[in-house]
Amino acid sequence: MKILAWFIGFIFLILTGFMLLTAGWEAPPMDSEQSGFRGTGMVQVSNPRVDPARLQAQLEMVPEISPLPEDGGGPRAGDIYQNVQVLGDLSVARFTRIMQQMTEWVTPEEGCAGCHVLNNLADDSVYRKDVSRHMIRMTQAINSGWENHVQATGVTCYTCHRGQNVPEYTWFNADPAAESGRGLVGWRAGQNRAAEQVGLTSLPEDPFGDYLEGTDEIRIAGRTALPEADKPGTSIQHTEETYALMMHMSTSLDVNCTYCHNSRDFGSWEQSNPARVSAYHGIRMAQTLNLEHVAPVSDLLPPDRLGPTGEGRKVNCTTCHQGVNKPLGGLQMAENFPSLYGESVSSQASAEREEQSGELVSAIPGSGNPVGTAPDSPAGPR
Amino acid sequence: MSMLSFEKKYRVRGGTLIGGDLFDFWVGPFYVGFFGVTTIFFSILGTTLLIYGAAIGPTWNIWQINIAPPDISYGLALAPLKEGGLWQIVTVCAIGAFVSWALREVEICRKLGMGYHVPIAFGAAIFAYVSLVVIRPVLMGAWGHAFPYGILSHLDWVSNVGYQYLHFHYNPAHMLAVTFFFTTTFALALHGGAVLSVLNPGQGKPIGTAEHINTFFRDTIGYSIGELGIHRLGLFLAIAAGFFSAVCIIISGPFWSRGWPEWWNWWLELPIWS
Repeated sequence: MKILAWFIGFIFLILTGFMLLTAGWEAPPMDSEQSGFRGTGMVQVSNPRVDPARLQAQLEMVPEISPLPEDGGGPRAGDIYQNVQVLGDLSVARFTRIMQQMTEWVTPEEGCAGCHVLNNLADDSVYRKDVSRHMIRMTQAINSGWENHVQATGVTCYTCHRGQNVPEYTWFNADPAAESGRGLVGWRAGQNRAAEQVGLTSLPEDPFGDYLEGTDEIRIAGRTALPEADKPGTSIQHTEETYALMMHMSTSLDVNCTYCHNSRDFGSWEQSNPARVSAYHGIRMAQTLNLEHVAPVSDLLPPDRLGPTGEGRKVNCTTCHQGVNKPLGGLQMAENFPSLYGESVSSQASAEREEQSGELVSAIPGSGNPVGTAPDSPAGPR
Repeated sequence: MSMLSFEKKYRVRGGTLIGGDLFDFWVGPFYVGFFGVTTIFFSILGTTLLIYGAAIGPTWNIWQINIAPPDISYGLALAPLKEGGLWQIVTVCAIGAFVSWALREVEICRKLGMGYHVPIAFGAAIFAYVSLVVIRPVLMGAWGHAFPYGILSHLDWVSNVGYQYLHFHYNPAHMLAVTFFFTTTFALALHGGAVLSVLNPGQGKPIGTAEHINTFFRDTIGYSIGELGIHRLGLFLAIAAGFFSAVCIIISGPFWSRGWPEWWNWWLELPIWS
């Protein structure tokens, strides 16, 4: 009996030691930024010795951007080269420049051979070449259709790729077979594991399928004191998946819940920060990108690029944000590449969808015109 | 109010902490003492200032009255009266009143030759309050991190500060505090129930003793902590609840700026399974 007590005490002592020494505790002073009325607790707390370093490290990796040459009015790339399906209306100098730039952004090791057959650049036999066309169209669609999320900063290939063939932070649709546990654990409904993408909580691991690809709406807060008999309420699973998605967004942007919400009423636009409007459009942007641009690419990919459901990787908030509230601190890259702007169909599609859920959209302050980013964003190059 | 016949015996002079026999007297049943006077002073001043704050505020609705701390931009400086300065003075008054009350308890303990268990227990509650409005704000560098005085407004603060760390239920000290709060009430209910059960055996039956209670617990769980022990346990559980509450808010921010779920990474990375 006494030995057992000593043994248990010893285990506790060891665990306490690990807890105190390996948990990664921080120390004051901290930076804090207030976004609500004083005393409401709407504050971003950040560690000035850790958090700016993350952005700094990312900025140091950014390849140099060559200056934009004059158009010159000469022949178009599409006239000179064969089989140019995108960017064909650029001058040859500008076309060569962006091709060069894309190798630095996406295939720095393979160079042109990442997408092209070197002795016949017009050849389409490398699958990545066709994928790139889709991705260029996607980039144009983002920059010209989703200003309400990307503002004037815009995106380039580098926003996601960061010098890698495949962006580091993406997701696969969850394997339905893996949602159940083994043995006695049984059905675990795709949750109860410390999943990285939902902030190491036990919340559902794959909120993306429903909210960033499917177009499920987040409508979990009741607007009446009691449930209404004629309206089916939302389910607890729906609520937990929403929390999981929010954990993902917080982790992606390295912000806390009060960056967007006043937790006294999460759903109230009147009490929320302006950043929430950007986030609202961001969710819709991710849905549209996955549906219209990313999912169709699955057909082009080789089997080793596909996930358990036979689909390719998809985008979520981390794909661009990578732990920073504005990707690359709002670094202006896209403005040097006018060809990455273009006609957009997505924005119309999304406008139609927003019209359908009209009552909510009309409640968003400033929806429809570009909304300033949150006043509490750390100052960075914009 | 008349004095009970035996009470006079305990009304002895002396034992004061400061001031000799200044205010060393009783008013009715209440001992006054130097710290009784400071308690009255601080509580009347603080309450009056709260009423003044409500008067210059937008509402008299008791639920919505809000005396908020200054903006974080004021740091640890004094703020204008209507922009948080009022909160600062009220906080000084509150701490003055709470500490005075504890010291008055100490003086009464000294008069009676008792231990200081009661003021120490009350001190745990004061420590929790001071953690919220002084220790953590000072560590964070601004009074604006403290909670506002108002029935609903302080609840909004609790909610938002919890969500500053994404999921406060993953805060280890919060887990301990909640556990101790529940255990405290559980232990008090068992103790109260046990005492009442032996003292109320039913009409015409003899009352039980401490040995009945000891036997009851030995029969049910194999062990009885005993007559004195249950009070030690109660004191420990209750003080630990308040103490870990204080710890859970002091570590949130000054010593951990991220989400609390992430903190548990140390468990996931234990060399046993990682």
